[in-house]
This record gives sequence, structure tokens and C-alpha cells, in this order.
Amino acid sequence: MTMVDQTQVKEGVDQDTVDAVREVGGAYKYGWETEIEMEYAPKGLTPDIVRLISQKNEEPQWMTDWRLAAYERWLQKEEPDWAMVDYPEIDFQDQYYYARPKSMEVKPKSLDEVDPKLLATYEKLGIPLKEQMILAGVEGAEAVPAEGRKVAVDAVFDSVSVGTTFQAELKKAGVIFCSISEAIREHPELVRKYLGSVVPVSDNFYATLNSAVFSDGSFVYVPPGVRCPMELSTYFRINAENTGQFERTLIIADKGSYVSYLEGCTAPARDIAQLHAAVVEIIVEEDAEVKYSTVQNWFPGDENGKGGIYNFVTKRADCRGDRSKVMWTQVETGSAVTWKYPSCILRGDDSQGEFYSIAIANNHQQADTGTKMVHLGKNTKSRIVSKGISAGVAQNTYRGLVSMHPKARDSRNYTQCDSLLIGDKCGAHTVPYIEVKNNSSRVEHEATTSKVDDDQLFYCRSRGMDEEEAVALVVNGFCKDVLQALPMEFAMEAQQLVAISLEGSVG
Amino acid sequence: MALPEQKQSATDTRLAGLALPTGGWIESNRREALGRVTSMGLPQRRDEYWKYTRPDMLLDAAAPQAALLESGESPVFDEIDSLKVVFVDGVFDAEASDDLSLDNVTIERLADIGASDIHWAKSLYGELEAAGQKPVERPFAALNTAFASDGIVIHVTGRPSKPISLVYRHESESSDAIMHHLLRVESGAELTLLETGPAAARFNHCTEVDIADGGTLHHVRAQGRDHERKAVTHMFARLGQESVFKSFTLTVNGVLTRNECVIELTGDDAIAHVAGACVGDGEFHHDDTVFITHDAVNCESRQVFKKVLRNGATGVFQGKILVKAGAQKTDGYQISQSLLLDGDSQFLAKPELEIYADDVACSHGSTSGAIDEEALFYLRSRGVPESTATDLLTLAFLAEAVDEIENKQLAEDIVTRLENWLARRR
Repeated sequence: MTMVDQTQVKEGVDQDTVDAVREVGGAYKYGWETEIEMEYAPKGLTPDIVRLISQKNEEPQWMTDWRLAAYERWLQKEEPDWAMVDYPEIDFQDQYYYARPKSMEVKPKSLDEVDPKLLATYEKLGIPLKEQMILAGVEGAEAVPAEGRKVAVDAVFDSVSVGTTFQAELKKAGVIFCSISEAIREHPELVRKYLGSVVPVSDNFYATLNSAVFSDGSFVYVPPGVRCPMELSTYFRINAENTGQFERTLIIADKGSYVSYLEGCTAPARDIAQLHAAVVEIIVEEDAEVKYSTVQNWFPGDENGKGGIYNFVTKRADCRGDRSKVMWTQVETGSAVTWKYPSCILRGDDSQGEFYSIAIANNHQQADTGTKMVHLGKNTKSRIVSKGISAGVAQNTYRGLVSMHPKARDSRNYTQCDSLLIGDKCGAHTVPYIEVKNNSSRVEHEATTSKVDDDQLFYCRSRGMDEEEAVALVVNGFCKDVLQALPMEFAMEAQQLVAISLEGSVG
Repeated sequence: MALPEQKQSATDTRLAGLALPTGGWIESNRREALGRVTSMGLPQRRDEYWKYTRPDMLLDAAAPQAALLESGESPVFDEIDSLKVVFVDGVFDAEASDDLSLDNVTIERLADIGASDIHWAKSLYGELEAAGQKPVERPFAALNTAFASDGIVIHVTGRPSKPISLVYRHESESSDAIMHHLLRVESGAELTLLETGPAAARFNHCTEVDIADGGTLHHVRAQGRDHERKAVTHMFARLGQESVFKSFTLTVNGVLTRNECVIELTGDDAIAHVAGACVGDGEFHHDDTVFITHDAVNCESRQVFKKVLRNGATGVFQGKILVKAGAQKTDGYQISQSLLLDGDSQFLAKPELEIYADDVACSHGSTSGAIDEEALFYLRSRGVPESTATDLLTLAFLAEAVDEIENKQLAEDIVTRLENWLARRR
């Protein structure tokens, strides 16, 4: 029985209200499919497929060789099994590794030339690919001040980048924002220098796979001293069936620069699980700062655990320069299986890493996520705030590492990870690793697990809220620390998502 | 399934030096345990559960040499009126021990219980150890069950008038002791069990404790100062309804100590507290590994572990609270803290929660750092010399763990030991 029905019985609410609630709290909103003619590479993974992807992207030989070397390494690697996730064995030969809309065969020169069907897709997702004052990913944008903010978008559809907005304006500021395939062609010196320098080719099973077959993704370079004039954003959409998406993102913030980057993703609702294995590398030079925010809303599978995205992601930031700073913020509400640990290597002295996370697992979802803070430089600081929410029969695990190396004198870490359980069939787990190898650093770790407080619920209910609304409010309160760290657009979306993800979990 | 080659060969090497004691009903329990060892294999460096502690020294066929401790100190708890049971290098010493008769309790040697056909321990020997192999394998405990050469078997039926004190003496530089104790605390019965002293050059120690509904066991242990000793100990406890289990361990030095404590709360309203204080120097490596399973309603568990480390010492804490589905109203608390007195020491921790019930309050905390400069400054500004101030703050740091001991006299003995250690290092 869904909550909406229950409300009706309990409160005798009129039908309009029930419909309105259903509208807002409707299940996965982005489960529709774009009917578009696609072009696929043959199923399976072989050196030929790797070469084909490289050729489709018109890559130079060094890139092809790099991929092939990764493929060879991947064959030697074993799939990790230490995470608290359980899913049927993945047949890596029963997947498409490359799918692009036919209309993208000849690269459109500008957004005007892009297939209207693709543009309509993004319009429907709330990400219009137009150069105007847009608010990425926000529904009900009228609620925010009219002046808005500029956000440049790189839209990735299955294996290819459809288009990137505001490129010209960004270029004036010296910022390069384009698809990674374009960057490989146009800026090989930068790509060659940095690609694989943060997440080495053989880092882990999925990263190695990604290195061999990544088809597209975003590239950002912010030159020294430049504060990126607008927020950058990439929107990933999986549309094709049986197709894995393997995107690669490379962000370089040169000395004294600043950039805020947003990432969003959705996929159609299908019965068969789909694979997504991304790699994100961030290089932060002296005095530079990068903010990376994600709202991960891949299709989570239906309420019986059928379908959904298997999300195996390697994200890592290397704070190379002194006083560099990186901030990861993630709202993980989608995916059937999540395996994701955005990390910070705090190499430069006085560098800082922050990780704010909300992970919500409902129904049959399984999330194993967290972060690694590796303190190498002196006087480095890190902060971890993780909020895990489990409902239905879902399993939610925080897994993290804080490591203070002997030379990381006078460093500091504060970790807080809280779990909230809604219902008695789900699980919440915490697996932190703490390694302190010098005595001038301080490490503090706190974790709690609890259920939604009855008194708080009662209070909300006594003010006329229905139970579902009350839970959403309490949960939003629980997530407050993280929601506050998000850029405004994302914060609004995240708040709505929190409510939607928990739909049907009460009662 | 065949074991990986390296694991197989390490297991073969260790087993080669051991002979399974034969005879009596206990032999079949031992053979089952041996089966567990051979199917699991002994731990290797790359095993996740041994991530922070190298099992190498425990795998050698013969015990590595360990110098005897020359100390003027009298054994801890010597002043306490108790029934003393003495083991020398892991072997029961009747002459040095008190007469084994005490009110409300039956005390026997492990070596003697196998002879009779009917014995209450028959179903317990190896049972809790076997149950404790899931979800995490503890091969050294199974090895212990198979090969234990001595130990004590205690059946508590009421409230004995004094504690039982197990005293371990180390007299041979290459002794390799495997000792297994069994305890059953009957409904409403209560016992205080003390353990003290350096046991052997290499010591594998396993205790199985079965506490019936309403039973209580207080356990206070002081692991010795013999610096070169290597020890791996396991304490398996099963708690019935409204039963109480409180255990405290003091560890002073030792190149390798791994204390595993595996507790299962099977009856409603049971209480389990495990605490540890350790102070270590130099080569010191100390590992507290705790696994508490809540499988009943309204139980309480507490883990309090404090480590003071200096001169390159390493402290490890792996603690887990597992709350099974249906174990509602669980109150689980865990704290692990280290005080690093210099830059060479390290603290490695993995405090875990795994929870499948929603009406619970579980928390864990873990911190690591140096002496609080401000507190030190405050004391010095009041005229306290720096070394004394450091000692005071160190003792204050350890106090939360020592406070877990209910018996004040025992707690004072422990504090005295800690003060001695601090005094020695000056």
C-alpha cells in the first residue's frame, strides 16, 4: 500500500490533495525514454572495440595505445568484492560499450544544428541547452530570484557529448570547457599531462575498465588566477538499452583559480540493470579551489528491485599545490547499486579537503559510499559529514578512510557520519578506517545510528502535516549540514529528491 | 575449496609442530576444531581482518624466544583475597596453586574433564568458538580448541565468597603455551575472575564463557610487562537474558598482543561491557579486536578502549557492533581513543557498525592526538612539573576505561600499575 492511499484513509483528505501529492511524490520522474535512432558498436569488449571507440572519437595514436594498455591491465584485474553490496554477476561481454544517436555522426558545429529530439530530451529533463539565464536542474525555477545565474552545460547522451553551452564566453575568460573527446583533439598537451595522473590506469577494476572504454565526458581547464565566471555543469543521460556508460571527467584548476562544477544524471526505467563506471580526476594547484557537486539520480530500479543502474565510480581530487582546496558534495538518491568513494589527496601544505554526502537507499537499493582523506602535507585539514538514510529493504554503508601520514604534521580531521533507519527491514552500516601516524595531528570520528525521532514526528503531525511530509521534514533536518553545502540550485533539487526517494517508505 | 598456496603452506608449517591430544570425549571436539583450522587456513598479512596486525610471529612452527622478565614488582591483585590457580608456561602447577575447592563453584583442570563420559562442558568446549567463526574467521581460536594442552574449567552455581585468580608465570624463554578455559555461570550466579601475569614466550589463549539467564561475570585481566612476548587471546561469551558480562584488560608492553573479544547477546535485557587500557613503548604492537552481536531486545553493550603510545609503539582497534534484525531497543556504545606521546607512534582503527534494526541507539567515536597543550599549560602554571603534569593527564585519559571496573580495589591495583609504568619511563 502506498502512503498516498494511507493518507486518504487516515485523514479523509480530498481527492485533489491526494492527486497533488501523487504528482509531487510520484516515483522516479525521469524514467521515460527518448525514441531516437542509435548507432551501436557490436556487443562485448575486445581490443577491436577499444580501437573502434578511439577511432569514433578521432583520437591520436597515443590515446589509442593508452586505452589498449588499460584493456590489457583490466584483463588481469579482479572485480572487487569487499563492498557490502550484492548483485548478480555482471557479464561484461553482454554489454554495448558504445552507443550514439545517428544524428551525431557528423558533429554539429553549433547547438542550432543539434537534433531537435536531443534538445527536447534535455528540455524535458529541465536542462535546456540554451545560452540564457538558466537554472540547471531546478524545477519550479520561478521560485528563485529572476536574475538567476549563468550555468554552462555539457550534455552527454549515452556515449557522446551532444553540446556544450557558453563555450565562447568561457573562452574569453580563458576557461576551457568542452567534452573530453574534443579536449583530446584540441588540447592534447593538457590531457596527456594530466589524464591518469590522479586515478592511475590500474587503480581499480572499474577505473581500469573506464580507462579502456570511456567514450566521452567533460574537460575543464581554468588558467592561473581565473575565477570561472559561471558554474559549469555536466548532465549525463543514459538512454540506450544494454549499454554501459563510461564517462571520464578531468578538471584542472591551475594556480589561484576557482571553479564550481555540478554533475547530474538520470536514466530510463528498465527491467534490466545497466552498468555505469565513471572516473573523475581533479587536479588542484597552488591556492586553487574546486567545488564539485553531484546529484546522482540514476534509475534506482523498481520497488521490487528490478532493473536500475549499477554505479561504480572512482572520483579523486589531488590537492597538489599548497593552500589548495577541494570540496565534494554529493546527494546519492539513485542507482540500484552504488560503489563510490570521492577522495582527496592532500599533498600540498595547508591544503583542505571536504566531503559532504547524503546517501538515500530505499526499496532494494544498495549504497556503499564514503570518502578517503589522505593527509600527506603539513597542516592539512579535512572534514567529512555523511548522512545515510535507509528505508524499505535497502542497505546503506558508509565506508571511509582517514589517513595521517608521518609527515602530515599539525593536520586535522573531523568526521561525522550519521545513519537514519526508516523501517525495520533495512540496514545501515559504518566502516571507517582511521590511520594516524603522527602525534601532532588530531583525528576525531563520530558516528550515530538512530531512527526518525517519534517526538519530532508527533510534533509535525500535531501541526497538521501528514506522516510522509513529517518524515520528509525530519529527514531534511537530518541532512541539513550537507544540503547547506550545496549550490543553491542543487539544494532545492536535493530537498525535493530526499522527499521523493523516501516515497512509500513510511507506514 | 583449496586454500591459496601461501596460506596452505603457512598453515602446514604451524600445524607441523603440534600434536592433537587424544582420548576421551574431548577428542572429537578437538578434531572438529582441527577441521575448522584446515578449512580456513591461518591468517596471512593480506587478510582484511589482519590488515593492521601482522600474524607472522604467530605462524612460526616454534615459538620465537622471549627473554624472561626481571621485575621487583609483585603480581597484580596479590593483595586481593582470592583462590589462586597457577600456570607455569601454560601448564597447571598444583603445588603453587591453592586447593581448588571453593563454595558455590566447581573448578577442574581441562586435562581431567575428558576422562568422564558425562560432563556439562561436553557441549560447550569449542561450541562458542565455532559459532564465533562467523561472519569473521578466527583461525587461531580454532587452533587453540584443537591443540590446547591445559586450562581450567569453572562451573559457577551460586555466589562464591571470593574471586578466582588465574596467575600465569613465564619461566622458559621459548615456551609455547596453548591454553583453553571454560566457564559456565548458572542462572543467578556471580563470579569475579582475575587473570594476571606473563604466560609464555608465545601464548595462544582462548576462553569460552556461557552465562545463563541472570548470571553475572566480572573479568579483570592484567597482561604482563614481559616485553618480548607474543600473545593472541580470544574471549567468546554468550549472554542469556538479563545476564551481565563485564570485562577489563590492562596491557603493559609486549611486542605483539592481539586480544579478540566476541560477544553474543542472545537473551533480552543483557548487558555487556568490554574495556581496555594499554600503555606501550617502542616495538609494542597492541590490537584490540571486538565483535559484539545483538540478537535480542533491549540489550546494552559498551566498548571503551584507551591506548597510550610512545617511542614508535602501535595501537590497533577493530571494534564492531552488529545489531541483527529484530534486536530492537539496542543501546550500543563504542569509544576508542589514543594518546600519542611522541611523533613516532601510530594508532590504526576500524570502528564498525552494522545495523539491521531501526529502533536502536548506536554510536561510536574514535579520536587520536597528543597531550592537550592547554591542559598541560594550565597544570604547569599551577606549579606542577611538566613530567608530573604529563603523567596526570595520561592517567586522566585512561580513567574512562579503568572506571569500567566495578570493584574499587581492583581498579586501584590497575591504577598503581599504570603509575609504575609512567614512573619507569622517565
